Amino acid sequence: MIAALVLIALVGGWEALVRLGGVDPLLLPAPTQVLEALWEDRSLLAPDLWTTTYEVVLGLAAATAAGAALGVAMHLSPALRRALRPLVIGSQAVPVPVIAPLVILVLGFGLAPKVLLVALVCFFPITINLYDGLRAADPDARRLLRSLQASRWQSLRLVEAPAALPSAFTGLKVAAAVAVIGAVFAEWAGAERGLGRVLITANGQLATARAFAATLLLFLLAIALYGACALLERRVVDWIPRTEPGGP
Amino acid sequence: MQSEAGVELDAVDKGYGAVQALRGVSLRVAPGEIVALVGPSGCGKSTLLELVCGLGAPDSGTVRAGAAALMPQRDALLPWLTALDNAGLALRVAGVGRAAARVRAHEHFAAFGLEGFEHARPAALSGGMRQRVAFLRTLLAGRPVLCLDEPFGALDALTRLQMQRWLAGALAREPRTVLLVTHDVEEAVLLADRVVLLSPRPGRVVETLDVLLPRPRERDDVAVVELRERALRVLGADDAGALGRELAPAARAGAPARDEAAPGS
Repeated sequence: MIAALVLIALVGGWEALVRLGGVDPLLLPAPTQVLEALWEDRSLLAPDLWTTTYEVVLGLAAATAAGAALGVAMHLSPALRRALRPLVIGSQAVPVPVIAPLVILVLGFGLAPKVLLVALVCFFPITINLYDGLRAADPDARRLLRSLQASRWQSLRLVEAPAALPSAFTGLKVAAAVAVIGAVFAEWAGAERGLGRVLITANGQLATARAFAATLLLFLLAIALYGACALLERRVVDWIPRTEPGGP
Repeated sequence: MQSEAGVELDAVDKGYGAVQALRGVSLRVAPGEIVALVGPSGCGKSTLLELVCGLGAPDSGTVRAGAAALMPQRDALLPWLTALDNAGLALRVAGVGRAAARVRAHEHFAAFGLEGFEHARPAALSGGMRQRVAFLRTLLAGRPVLCLDEPFGALDALTRLQMQRWLAGALAREPRTVLLVTHDVEEAVLLADRVVLLSPRPGRVVETLDVLLPRPRERDDVAVVELRERALRVLGADDAGALGRELAPAARAGAPARDEAAPGS
């Protein structure tokens, strides 16, 4: 409710600024012009939206699989933890626009480099949050399992993994929100389709309204992904009472 | 050898770094006996239970004990599991399937006053119910020795009294060898066959009191009150000493004091 009001106020202010303030629509199109572009180019934008969504979802899935494996491996093995932690952290310092062309060069113009770059952007929050969650499991419960002579695997399955779920979902939601950035950079470096490519060509043609329309779609895509992850979290992590009167 | 179901500690020393938790502790618990360990915060009571449960080895001395099940200080229930699944956790670890563990845990739910709460998560249970689930989990581990670490330390005074009475009944129905760690001298006298009094850190056995009273015991029985006061005197509760200041309020008021001072205690 509040979110809707804030949005209306922001968009209304923006519209007024452009219409009344005499801003050049080539620099900043009014919201109504963006919506107009979105509607007019809908048949053009739909396949691009689909392509980018596909890349982002696959990349997020790959990052989740890799992040889960890494997080658990780092949790179980101190040697792996020491060996991998600098790499995992360092991976976030790699500027995606710089390596994107290299990845495209090696893997070609297809789907693979996009999925890889999305995964590169996403796997860090997933790995680190999962790892922290595994470590934060109740020490009393772990001691209890040890007193029952539980195996390492049983302790992981019965105590640590469920205890890590809330934290792991936080990582997943962060990843979902930033995933589209990876896809856009990958498409800039070389793609036949996708909202990132729309952005590049629209900028080249000074079709600012269309560029904003594509950005709006990216914005909505990120929110939808985040929402899907939050929904999944509510279904899976159902033992934590939530105090959210009135909904999101 | 009695260590099939009993516990034998012989001249046990245990420290953590610079902290000496236990010094020269010798203790014998016969099979089926209930022994209470009473002492001030940080006297190494929890450390002693850990040694009995095989969670650590003594620095010197020997620990021989039958297979022991631990009930940790805080109930350590898993918040994502239902009461039924929490109670059956030890069975699951022992390799029993989920459905079979539920059936076996459920057999005890009526006797434990948990009927109707089978599918409740710990957050929806009262403090007393949580302790009963934790105790059932400990029982279902099927070990001859139970190590109860301040089972009622976190409960309010009234619930605590009810739970002490309930535990006495439960142990009468299902006799086990029990090591009960507590702050509460009265609780020790009500429940145990013997009360072992420990000194402040490093923990040593100061005195052992035999509680040769018939059961069920009431807290206002003259003999119970007498023993309680004697134990408090031994622990120095009447002195203005450090030990007295520390122990007396917790023991008398039944305050939810906990043993958090020492690492591993």
